[in-house]
Amino acid sequence: MLTIHCPCCGVTAEETEFHAHGEAHLKRFGPGSSEDEFEGYLFMRKNPKGVHFERWRHQYGCGKWFHVARCTMTLEVFGSYSAQTTEPPQEIMDIIHDRRPDTAAGPAR
Amino acid sequence: MSDPVSALKNIFDDTGLVRVSEIGPIGMVTLRGDLSDKVLGKAAVAAGGVNLPEQGQCNTEGSQGIAWMSSDELLIMCPYADVHARLADLQEKLAGSHALAVNVSDARAVFDITGDHLREVIAKLAPVDMHPDQFNGTMFRRTRFAQVPAAFWMPDGRSARIVCFRSVAQYMFDLLKDAAMPGSEVRHYA
Ligand SMILES: [Zn+2]
Repeated sequence: MLTIHCPCCGVTAEETEFHAHGEAHLKRFGPGSSEDEFEGYLFMRKNPKGVHFERWRHQYGCGKWFHVARCTMTLEVFGSYSAQTTEPPQEIMDIIHDRRPDTAAGPAR
Repeated sequence: MSDPVSALKNIFDDTGLVRVSEIGPIGMVTLRGDLSDKVLGKAAVAAGGVNLPEQGQCNTEGSQGIAWMSSDELLIMCPYADVHARLADLQEKLAGSHALAVNVSDARAVFDITGDHLREVIAKLAPVDMHPDQFNGTMFRRTRFAQVPAAFWMPDGRSARIVCFRSVAQYMFDLLKDAAMPGSEVRHYA
């Protein structure tokens, strides 16, 4: 059971009040892109054992989208942050580096 | 004109740990827009009859009030008979604003639960820390009650008011009654 904090309304609750929506920080490939790029954008997702960046939605609460950094192996949640960004903020990366010193973690480009 | 009828015709049950009653109908207007906008704020205050609530809070006064639903949404409550007039006034004041106001009164069901064990009845159903140090005052919480979305607040220390969709009113009533079944006291907050 994960305990998730919503940065949009300030509520902290267990995960059933929220819904996970998969890998965060995807780069969109639309019209004009190659078939390989488009396929990658639509279907190819990382499935790491360890640090992962995800999109979440406060499904039963304020209804807003945000991002969560967590560990898929230990279920430790490092923190949540605004969806209005293309990469994790420094304070989240600092927490991850502190907790997982040997992880060069960052989202895939 | 036909008479407004609430979903469960004001059914109640007082055989359990708390008294569960369906109340209403209650006038409700969903207002979406930029909550920091002065025009919108003034129009909302006029419609709800109370001050604007802070994030995660509600201000209520008798049958009227305003609840903070999200960073761009307020719930305005009023007597059912007043909702058309208040909505018309609101829409007139917001004519030049990028905002949306809709009468949702008939899409909702409202329940009151009253009694010493109401905190644990809610705690059985919603992922909310109901300890008096954690949930108190004018706090307003959107969450789930078992499998359905709901929002609630505590007008006073001994009662809570729960808002859900009208289509799940029977489910909500049964749920609350079950959670308040005699003999099922947990006394976690006693
Ligand atoms: Zn939220």
